[in-house]
Amino acid sequence: MPWTTPSINISYASKNSKGIRELSYREAICEAQRQLMSTDSRIFLMGEGIDDAGGVFGTTLGLADEFGCERVVDTPIAENGMTGVAIGAAINGMRPVFIHMRPDFVIISLDQLLNHAAKWFYMSGGQVSVPLTIRCVIGRGWGSAAQHSQNIQGLLTHLPGIKVLMPATAQDAKGLLIAAARDPNPVVILEHRWLFDKTGHVPEELYETPVGRANICRYGSDVTIVATSIMVHEAMLAAEVLAADGYDPEIIDLRSIKPWDENCIAASVQKTGRLVVADTGHQYGGVAAEIAARITELCFSALKTPVRRITLPEAPVPAAASLENIYFPGQLEIIAAVKDVSGG
Amino acid sequence: MTMPSPNDNTKRLLFKKMLLIRHFEQKIAELYPEQEIRTPVHLCVGQEAVAAGVCAHLRPADLIFSTHRNHGHCLAKGMSVKKMLAEFYGKESGCCGGKGGSMHPCAPEHGILGTSAIVGGGIPMAVGAAWAEQMRNGDNIAVAFFGDGATEEGTFHESLNFAALKNIPVVFICENNLYATASPIRHRQPAAGSIAAKAKGYGLPGELINGNDVIEVYQRVGEAVERARRGQGPTLIEAETFRWFAHVGPVDDTETGHRSADELARWKNKCPIRRMRDHLTIENILKSEDEKNWSIEFDINFAGALTFAKESVPPTKELLTTHVFA
Repeated sequence: MPWTTPSINISYASKNSKGIRELSYREAICEAQRQLMSTDSRIFLMGEGIDDAGGVFGTTLGLADEFGCERVVDTPIAENGMTGVAIGAAINGMRPVFIHMRPDFVIISLDQLLNHAAKWFYMSGGQVSVPLTIRCVIGRGWGSAAQHSQNIQGLLTHLPGIKVLMPATAQDAKGLLIAAARDPNPVVILEHRWLFDKTGHVPEELYETPVGRANICRYGSDVTIVATSIMVHEAMLAAEVLAADGYDPEIIDLRSIKPWDENCIAASVQKTGRLVVADTGHQYGGVAAEIAARITELCFSALKTPVRRITLPEAPVPAAASLENIYFPGQLEIIAAVKDVSGG
Repeated sequence: MTMPSPNDNTKRLLFKKMLLIRHFEQKIAELYPEQEIRTPVHLCVGQEAVAAGVCAHLRPADLIFSTHRNHGHCLAKGMSVKKMLAEFYGKESGCCGGKGGSMHPCAPEHGILGTSAIVGGGIPMAVGAAWAEQMRNGDNIAVAFFGDGATEEGTFHESLNFAALKNIPVVFICENNLYATASPIRHRQPAAGSIAAKAKGYGLPGELINGNDVIEVYQRVGEAVERARRGQGPTLIEAETFRWFAHVGPVDDTETGHRSADELARWKNKCPIRRMRDHLTIENILKSEDEKNWSIEFDINFAGALTFAKESVPPTKELLTTHVFA
């Protein structure tokens, strides 16, 4: 389908590790799930249509045949109720991975996710934790519009008790999913559909990308760009243009939205004195707002200019291509913001 | 298949359990005006037969998921009076370390993995917990307690659908006390329907029982528990009952105009404890001094628990942000 075709194609994963192969983001997710289920009988997958021919954009292909319908469970269309079921299984010894094909469907489940999973460990005085992983495919384009392509990381991170991850590379798509499935807490992973065909160098073994640690994907000296998900790739594209114009941006892939690596970003801003935050979500009370506020608190004296945020406009996602094209920011907005904070 | 009537000893235990719950709730009602219990209490006086009759069938490892009105269920499942009371008094020695209060008791050692106070919130969790048992080929079951209001929530229907689909070993116990806070069920659900009948659409057995008759509760729920344990799937039971206090707090809500005094008086006449006392007396199962002795036992136990609760230390500042993540 056209809306699964990515419009960007760059690869920056390092090739210096051993035992790594070129895998796509979708293959990396699939492999992580296969390895997790092979090594831990508590882990199982559930979600609407996850065993169908499409295999959740290819991320679950072959798993139902391999592990059976009792561990790759096609569920009723009942996002909230099934999230409650997943929580119940999680607190009673299982490790469910609940997969949603759209973030908008996670919104239906927020009662169970935010009223229950997020506070169960706290309310129980530290007795009962909820080892639940929610995988959610985010995306945009092809007129997916207001109820099929929202960005919900700001919504999910506001209340305490949920971890939120947004892998930008194949390597982290695998490593963060493994980390999530082994985490004793509820973790939501937002996977961008436009990254699914992107390839990277992925180790064969079962490894974890540490939660709460950012990744510096380009070292630079005069401006820090913190980006999430697909915006990391937009920032890398922007960096090529900016470098040609004499700028030297440092680009940080946030990866873990909550908890987030404020030390890594603060250290970078101490060095560069400038910060641009490029998030796929909205501005008001969102991830970019939090990073901007916190880094201003931590690095006020180092900042040479105010922090700039690149986020979605204050409107639901439109359908028409003419509006869609201007709705989602990308490398052009990042280039403009960097030039702006750099005084020219 | 009908489960035979409980034997004399079981009847005595059921009666004693109801008395324990009422004693606890009445003590809470007495203490509440002191304002040292700083957590909303949803008292279950009048509904004791359901908790006692259901939990009599459960093993320690069986799981229950209750509601904001959970005191009776938890006591019937074996929760310590001491830990519950300390929790009500906001103490670190409470069953949730002071972080849950009256609405979220937790005692994993008694099969209470936490409690939701969102209406309908615990029902899918019971299904999921029972599903985990099924996946492990265990023979423990889960019970979801909920009120009539919860049957209007999506989670109720989503839970019945999935439990029926997967033949999950769970028993759904609806305590229909006819009111959601102060809204009568006739304002909320069509008169032609019934809660028990909703099971039919999911292909499940649904039974309406007298929730004030502990022997009936014991027998009918016993069948449902055995079905679940044998792998024969879930059952929905609607137990008709009535709470004597207001939705929350030791308040008579007929005085505040929320419910009618006549209706409350009619239900007090159907008191589950008096009903069982009469039965046991006629059957000559209860010795004259039994109730008095039990009352003394409850008083002593409660007094010890109260001292423990009042003397325990409250959680300190450094605990405020612990237990957010495991």
